[in-house]
Amino acid sequence: MKSKALKPEEHYIKEEPYYQPVGEEIQVFETAYKQQLPVLLKGPTGCGKTRFMEHMAWKLQRPLITVSCHDDLTASDLVGRFLITSGETTWIDGPLASAVRHGAICYLDEIVEARKDTTVVIHPLADDRRILPMEKVGELLEATPEFCLAISYNPGYQSVMKDLKQSTRQRFVALEFDYPNAELEAEIIINETGVNADTARQLVKFAHMTRDLKGSGLDEGASTRLLVHAAKLMHDDISPVVACQTAIAQAITDDHDMLVAMSELSSSLF
Amino acid sequence: MRPPELTEDEIVAFLDECLEVEFSFVKNEIPAAAIKQLPRQQQDFILNLINRVADTNIELAYQLACGAVRALKEMDQHMVEEWAMTAADDYDRKGLFPAMSVIRDLDNFIHSAHERAYGALLEDQIGVLLPFVHGLAGRKLKLEAADSTYTDTETIFLPPVLAIFSDKKQNFLLYKATVAHHWAQIQFGTFRADLTRLPEDQLVKFCALETVRLDARIQHELPGLYRQMLSLQRNFENTQPSQYNAELFRLLGDANASVQTTIDLLDKVPYSECPGTRIYQGTINPQAVAATMAKRIFREKALFRGALSEIAEEMTAAQDLTNADEKEPAKFKIRDRDETTKIRRDAIQLEFEGNLVAPPAHVKELMSSIIVDFGEIPPEYLVAADPGEYDLTVADRTLSPKDVWQGTYHQEGAQLYNEWNFKRQHYHKNWCVLREIEVEPVYDSFVADTLEKYSRLLRSLRNTFELMRGEDKLLKKQPHGDDIDIDALVEAYADVKSGMEMNDRLFTKMHKEERNVAVIFMVDMSGSTKGWINKAERESLILLAEVLEVLQDRYAIYGFSSMTRKRCELFRIKAFDDPYDAETKARISNIQPQDYTRMGVFIRHVIRHFSEVEASTKLMITLSDGKPDDYDTYRGEYGVEDTRQALFEARRDGIHSFCITIDEEATDYLPHMYGAANYTVIDDVASLPFKVSDIYRRLTT
Repeated sequence: MKSKALKPEEHYIKEEPYYQPVGEEIQVFETAYKQQLPVLLKGPTGCGKTRFMEHMAWKLQRPLITVSCHDDLTASDLVGRFLITSGETTWIDGPLASAVRHGAICYLDEIVEARKDTTVVIHPLADDRRILPMEKVGELLEATPEFCLAISYNPGYQSVMKDLKQSTRQRFVALEFDYPNAELEAEIIINETGVNADTARQLVKFAHMTRDLKGSGLDEGASTRLLVHAAKLMHDDISPVVACQTAIAQAITDDHDMLVAMSELSSSLF
Repeated sequence: MRPPELTEDEIVAFLDECLEVEFSFVKNEIPAAAIKQLPRQQQDFILNLINRVADTNIELAYQLACGAVRALKEMDQHMVEEWAMTAADDYDRKGLFPAMSVIRDLDNFIHSAHERAYGALLEDQIGVLLPFVHGLAGRKLKLEAADSTYTDTETIFLPPVLAIFSDKKQNFLLYKATVAHHWAQIQFGTFRADLTRLPEDQLVKFCALETVRLDARIQHELPGLYRQMLSLQRNFENTQPSQYNAELFRLLGDANASVQTTIDLLDKVPYSECPGTRIYQGTINPQAVAATMAKRIFREKALFRGALSEIAEEMTAAQDLTNADEKEPAKFKIRDRDETTKIRRDAIQLEFEGNLVAPPAHVKELMSSIIVDFGEIPPEYLVAADPGEYDLTVADRTLSPKDVWQGTYHQEGAQLYNEWNFKRQHYHKNWCVLREIEVEPVYDSFVADTLEKYSRLLRSLRNTFELMRGEDKLLKKQPHGDDIDIDALVEAYADVKSGMEMNDRLFTKMHKEERNVAVIFMVDMSGSTKGWINKAERESLILLAEVLEVLQDRYAIYGFSSMTRKRCELFRIKAFDDPYDAETKARISNIQPQDYTRMGVFIRHVIRHFSEVEASTKLMITLSDGKPDDYDTYRGEYGVEDTRQALFEARRDGIHSFCITIDEEATDYLPHMYGAANYTVIDDVASLPFKVSDIYRRLTT
């Protein structure tokens, strides 16, 4: 089977990605989009931020350009750079510039991971100017009404180094995400994996156990994403204890005692 | 060639010396005659062991000498060493008599060694059991070792060793089952009824019946665990637990059965029909429960209502509807989404004036604890406290380290550390009692004077350190990089056109040089520093702190002083998170000479501090004026060796240690403790402030 290569700005999501709204986030996002306001999604890892963006891109029928930020991401990685082709320098748009040009939704995932100077480039785009200055080519790129900027970050990292600057965060409409409540989370697991309701409920209970341990040995509890992973394994006849251990426990910690404790918890549940 | 066996005379001579025969008058001929029979390797092992124990107590060593040959027949050398060290440890902790009984009662030791080999030790398993019980939701319970198994609703007391089964795994499972059972007692409301009035025989019956009810709850909530509990019980009895009375099980197993169901059954069910004891069920101690609950209920009510009044205040302030005359206490409501999910924590939502309230995490924890006690949040809890209604400081009082020596609870709230005994080649367990004490700030002119006095030095220091500060630099003409260096490219292009070789250094690169240093300064506050040494230390600290602020390295400053192992005090001058402000400065100016220098324990404590910070370079710098020394036996070689051992532990954890001393004889012992290159001796105290910053600069570049 051959995989398809598409330009990100031409990639429209055809099928509705499954998303279970927890609050009024869909309406808020739609309105913000209409009003040309940038959006900030915050919440712990694996609670559905990226899925929500896919869902909104489908709903609004715009291409979604996702940039996963890392600590070496420079401003030119976002805006674009000169490359040399056949003895000439040619300008190549970066993902952000390309999103602005094509009126796509640009989603900067885990924005705090990016270097401080990088976050500043999005400032003129994120206020009412809605322009992207491209210093190297000496142009200002004006965003079309279809363009939308969204960023995400996880306020759970309690590191001074990884905090969003006020000047950045105060440009956004902020949507807070959290793990859904028990019934909803079970429903999500059933929908995503096809396991039976009992298994889903026990998995959610296990997740709550790990979330209770946050702070007393764990940095982070099990996310909905991990539950879905475990449920997928269980759906294909991996025993529940093994699935919980491999898909959840090992994924969230390396501490031996903690791993044993979680294995004891999961073997108690199933 | 193997060395020949020692003769009886040689052995006697050795024992005479290490057992100090002219004072102790022990008869060494008896053990010597037995030891003579052993091969040389075992002889050496035993004599060495006797020598090590003799350092602790002569009488103990003599008894060891007498029993050693038999012990070697019964156990391997490793176990014999363990046996001798257990005795020495017991001597430390409990005195001569218990230690002697360990040595004399060899059979008992062999038996308990066997128990330790197969049994599960609470001490070893607590790392797993504690997160396990925390994961089970509800109140954050504690686990403690005790003689009997019960819970007081905040702590579960467990036996220190479980060796009922001949398999470690099974014994661990028994711990797990026991913990879960007592958790279930708390979680499923066993103590919501008043059990103090039940007579003894009724209590036994209650215990049996309640266990049936709790088992049913566990079966429903944690089916996997229930299966394990059943199989444990089966392995123990070797029979299928019989269903005595189906009706009884039906009543107690019902999802709506509560502790009241059990109590109602007490009079109806005769003894003969009571189900048998489960191995994990332990006992119920109504007095302990009542005492703990009474205290907690008062405290939690106070805290909860206090928290509500804070929330109410915030919410009304946010709505800007404050009515100055309104003195009516704010009332909250519980919004129930579903009757059946009443006890589910996430189903309970607080409501205030029609709005949902999202309580902060600590209030949520309080709520779940209250719900565990009552099954709901009682209506009287939902009224916000009037200001001054409760004195929350009383409810929330914690022990202040300073009161410690005035009261009787002198080890409470302190941290215990091991200490290395080089003669015994073994640690004294939980030997030193350490407390962290805050230095009172004293606002005097010391800091200003120092800054004034060294103002010129400081200026040059600041310049030097500013250069060290890592900053992003754009490097040009790099072989690899994240952007094209257009200038270099144009040049290279021109080179190619004119027929020269093209340069491949065409990129610009952002060079990040981040300093990631965490440093702790340990300041000797022993009595010998009194006077100018102390002043020089303080001045050095002020200068250091000034330049470290420029450098933006994370740093902490602690002073240390001890008075025997029972009183080791670490004075907090600046923790990592404290800012360098007027208060910190005032603390530095109040560094006072205290007592002695028991180095090891402080190093071990600093290791613990370091484990809480993330840094690629961890550095511990000690400012000292002499050898480790304390009022008791901590002097000479003993102190040096313990310090050396503690420094080893630090190195193992990736901490670099460095010592700056003004002791001129330091070259005799410092290389042994810190290693050849890790110390500096400053011969002139007055130059300390000039040198310290410079030394720091050298160390971290």
